[in-house]
Amino acid sequence: MTVENTAARKPRRSSKRVSAAKKPTGSEPQLVQLLTPEGERVEHPDYDRHVADLGPDELRGLYRDMVLTRRFDAEATALQRQGELGLWASLLGQEAAQIGSGRALRDDDYVFPTYREHGVAWCRGVDPTNLLGMFRGVNHGGWDPNSNNFHLYTIVIGSQTLHATGYAMGVAKDGADSAVIAYFGDGASSQGDVAESFTFSAVYNAPVVFFCQNNQWAISEPTERQTRVPLYQRAQGFGFPGVRVDGNDVLACLAVTRSALERARRGEGPTLVEAFTYRMGAHTTSDDPTRYRHDDERAAWEAKDPILRLRKYLAAQGHADEAFFTELDAESDALAKRVREAVRAMPDPDDMAMFDNVYADGHALVDEERAQFAAYQASFADAPQEGK
Amino acid sequence: MAVEKMSLAKALNESLRKALDTDPKVLVMGEDVGKLGGVFRITDGLQKDFGEERVIDTPLAESGIVGTAIGLALRGYRPVVEIQFDGFVFPAYDQIVTQLAKMHARALGKVKLPVVVRIPYGGGIGAVEHHSESPEALFAHVAGLKVVSPSNAADGYWMLQQAIQSDDPVIFFEPKRRYWDKGEVDTESIPDPLHAARVARAGTDITLAAYGPMVKVCLEAAAAAEEEGKSVEVLDLRSMSPIDFDAVQRSVERTGRLVVVHEAPVFYGSGAEIAARITERSFYHLEAPVLRVGGFHAPYPPARLEEEYLPGLDRVLDAVDRSLAY
Repeated sequence: MTVENTAARKPRRSSKRVSAAKKPTGSEPQLVQLLTPEGERVEHPDYDRHVADLGPDELRGLYRDMVLTRRFDAEATALQRQGELGLWASLLGQEAAQIGSGRALRDDDYVFPTYREHGVAWCRGVDPTNLLGMFRGVNHGGWDPNSNNFHLYTIVIGSQTLHATGYAMGVAKDGADSAVIAYFGDGASSQGDVAESFTFSAVYNAPVVFFCQNNQWAISEPTERQTRVPLYQRAQGFGFPGVRVDGNDVLACLAVTRSALERARRGEGPTLVEAFTYRMGAHTTSDDPTRYRHDDERAAWEAKDPILRLRKYLAAQGHADEAFFTELDAESDALAKRVREAVRAMPDPDDMAMFDNVYADGHALVDEERAQFAAYQASFADAPQEGK
Repeated sequence: MAVEKMSLAKALNESLRKALDTDPKVLVMGEDVGKLGGVFRITDGLQKDFGEERVIDTPLAESGIVGTAIGLALRGYRPVVEIQFDGFVFPAYDQIVTQLAKMHARALGKVKLPVVVRIPYGGGIGAVEHHSESPEALFAHVAGLKVVSPSNAADGYWMLQQAIQSDDPVIFFEPKRRYWDKGEVDTESIPDPLHAARVARAGTDITLAAYGPMVKVCLEAAAAAEEEGKSVEVLDLRSMSPIDFDAVQRSVERTGRLVVVHEAPVFYGSGAEIAARITERSFYHLEAPVLRVGGFHAPYPPARLEEEYLPGLDRVLDAVDRSLAY
């Protein structure tokens, strides 16, 4: 190819093709929705039965989960701004997707999260303060994955979908009837590992649910930069069902995830759930969404706020009174205070900790370097102090 | 006594068979490992005897093979995965480096990753591109991985079982051009530890340190040197992470000279690491600088050139002469 040819092709790539990609062929698919943005319950022939057991207590519980998760998230964002955390990945706007799917899980199910699943962690009983260690820089994940069946956060995009698939293959080999859920985002859907996890889970019929939170943005890259077809349709090519759910509707997320988990438990293999939602904040505290998206987009999504719509529904049904909301505000304040204090009290790890757990069985080089570094550190103890 | 003469390939096969038989959590996974028995037949007959649930043919996706093995290990299994050829490991390199190597540390020791990644490696079989590489340094450089390579049938039999029993991930490099070399395997005697070096031939004038496919070349070089009146010690390192530096040091402090031999490119290779460490440890014992013999800083060449690229008898003997000339 000549240089002239390359140059001639460039404008087509950057303008025409992208604008063509903005409008995928066919109309926008229907979302599974049980609760409208106005807080009205709508019927769905396939999914109503999956939430038929929910009474006022359970509905208030879902609301409480979302409110506390949002408050925790806001506090973590504030702590980053105050210099207490090096980074924070906010889940603002994705509370329904995470609480709905998280509350669909059984204790013996296993979760493989990415690094934004603070609401799912909440549902699994992981203390929220434990989520902050890696963002403060004191560890790479501050919890035992097996005590809550909640794996550590995975930062390399999409890697954990393969771990989830392998784990699910093991579940099937064990003859257990639990299921596995893998979380990832629309950006990760472009990764080869996600495609490979679809292949492996399909051919081995692994009991895994792929829960993609399509929050519309992978840092500054829109979903249109990841795919030309709606993401849930990817599943069809791999031979398992895909469903798109209103990710801002906690009831629909709960129902769809329950349905997919039950399918996995019955031995019918994987399901891809695409929770169609929106990341209201930045990708992390390091980026600036004003550089790549418009305020009116966020405003449109704010009208679909997951917490507000359930609040409207609870109020309209008479399921929650003012006292409930006031008490929840107080509980939120208490949680925020506890988180703030816990982060500030988090000790730096011991110097020698970097040599711990590199290997399970030990390694001669690590032992040697640990001893050398310990001797080097100890040499300062005997050194005369400056000015004395 | 249960001493049997068998090829390295057969020894590895017997080793896998014993591991599958002993521990129901051991799984064998990879492309073509089932009915075909692997392209080198290392897994021959295993699926027939242990079933498709234990010996698993996988989709052709290396990242998927290692990534799902990680998940299976988290569930309590001990997967032994086969990467078909050295140059095909790179699609799985991300999973190996960012996940397999680091997850134990990330979890503060709460999870273990007893995964063995078997890789037929190295040249000398006249293969096409991506089928002859020696990427061991890329793995040895990564904390959290252990890297070993047997040079003979007995080590093949025992080291593979030791790797499977390890709670750490082990990258197990199999010298493919030695698959058909036969040796005596004692299936009952207690073997050396997995990471201990072994004196393959004792000598007094100079030490040759090698592993995997190059051990045989060094033994031949030592035999040739003997005819010229030179006494060459050959050390089979067996493990590239960790390296048994104590054994290298002991040998060098007796002979005063060291040449490290490997197929991989010399630049940033395991020879560089050994030369630096031994210079630190044994500076006053050395009669000559530590020399290295290995591949060039060039892509592995087409098969018709590989005899020039790979260290052979003459290049090793030339290095011996250069060292002795100091």
